[in-house]
Amino acid sequence: MLDEVAIVGVGQTKYERRKIGETFADLVFEVTNKALEDAGITIRDIDNVVTVSNDFQDGRTISSMAVMDACGAFGKNVSTVEGDGTLGALYGLMRVLSGAFETTLVVAHCKCSEGDQDLIWNSAFDPVYYRRLGLEAVSASALQARRYMDKYGVTGEQCALVPVKNHRNARANPWAQEAMDLTVEEVMRSPVLASPLKMLDAAPLSDGACAVIFANRWKAGRMTTKPVWVRGVGHCADAYYLGDRDLAGVDSLTGAAKRAYGLAGIVDPRKEIDVVEVFEAFGYQELMWLEGLGFCDPGQGGVFTAGGNTLMDGPWPVNPSGGVLSAHPGLVAGLVRIAEACLQVRGDAGARQVDGVRTALAHGTNGLCGQGHCVWVLGG
Amino acid sequence: MSLKAPPELIVFQQMADVPYNWSLGREGSLFLIALRDEKKFLGIKCPSCGKVYVPPRKVCGPCFTANSQWVEVGDEGVVTAFSVVNYRFTDPATGLPREVPYTFAFVRLDGADTKLCHKLAETDPARLKVGMRVKAVFAEQRTGNIEKDVIHFRAVQA
Repeated sequence: MLDEVAIVGVGQTKYERRKIGETFADLVFEVTNKALEDAGITIRDIDNVVTVSNDFQDGRTISSMAVMDACGAFGKNVSTVEGDGTLGALYGLMRVLSGAFETTLVVAHCKCSEGDQDLIWNSAFDPVYYRRLGLEAVSASALQARRYMDKYGVTGEQCALVPVKNHRNARANPWAQEAMDLTVEEVMRSPVLASPLKMLDAAPLSDGACAVIFANRWKAGRMTTKPVWVRGVGHCADAYYLGDRDLAGVDSLTGAAKRAYGLAGIVDPRKEIDVVEVFEAFGYQELMWLEGLGFCDPGQGGVFTAGGNTLMDGPWPVNPSGGVLSAHPGLVAGLVRIAEACLQVRGDAGARQVDGVRTALAHGTNGLCGQGHCVWVLGG
Repeated sequence: MSLKAPPELIVFQQMADVPYNWSLGREGSLFLIALRDEKKFLGIKCPSCGKVYVPPRKVCGPCFTANSQWVEVGDEGVVTAFSVVNYRFTDPATGLPREVPYTFAFVRLDGADTKLCHKLAETDPARLKVGMRVKAVFAEQRTGNIEKDVIHFRAVQA
């Protein structure tokens, strides 16, 4: 799929705990305009739209229909993905690849401040065998963290290196919600939410939106923005019931990465990828996802991170934006990883720019505890 | 009149309760009936790979084969992961905060290949470990609701 489809524009809101002054449609309007401006085009150049939203988060059945005006879909072909933003982007990419469309706008929104997040995440579980127990995203992830740390001997201190790094990186990202200087000791001393996870191991809740515009080769060549080509993409999913899975395993991510690397012609990601943006809702997840992406062996994520490999000045900077730990607008978060990887390839990432990026990786995850993963390889 | 800043920002609050009637299916019904009436855990076996699923369901995902053979599994098993929850999360049954601490765990029942998610009686992290053996504690009055019919799992003295 080399050089068939390019990302030609991206737009993000500032991510905040409570955007009380805007409706979710207002956020969609804001990022749609920002992405159009970034691409140097108008809404008339967009021939179709893919929206990404979650009805439980919006508290509205078929809530995607409520943002049609705000994303410029009036009178156009528009469809929706309810899942992580990377999957909405995958659908948008496919629409251009099919030849039926030339320019797809993909826009994701979520206001985590408006619904009860415990109940919304609890509702992701099977209603009979899991839901009434009260599990939600944090406690389910705590079970995964326990299994992962126990299986491989990964320590809490190693996991804590991730929020320390990502919150520090976030200081250079004007869109990030939580930028701060932390120490491993501060993370370790923060209150236990659900053992072994502590407050500072976890992402905040955020309101925000993100938009990405895909164009075919012909259209991309007519735009002023430097095109960022989609070199490869892969998606793979594991079992739904958490009890069916080995929660320390990353088979579905390995599968997704293998497909993306295959399309992109990447043999060794350590030699060919310059910067990485992953969807880490908790510190331990970044360690696991780096294993699944092939940057280190299974169980070695802690040692790999402790070696400084993922720092801004390390060989493989991971989450220069500050990652999901610094802003977690729900299913927008994966699309943000693509937008950030795109900016890195363009050299437009400002103070968070990594030097000499030719190839960037963006990763999104869908479902609880990384049930499904989507991996993108972008290049200039 | 030109656009101007509102003197206040209005937030509209509303509960969104939606009653549902979820079918348990034949497999789920048999599982919960055995739990309710006989205090037994039933699993279902994939004829292709031999994996025993608890709770039982129609399809083995990896094989895409219909599960066909019922097997009784133990009411004891091994803890594969646990978490002591310390924040007052919203109880889905009541909408009110649930009392903490509170321990969730995955338990692989003897004879099963998958893990069952439930609660543990123990809430002191120092007395919990992966690999510990636990046993189901059943409620006197059982109604076919796994969260209530099994009160929790408790440690089995070695």
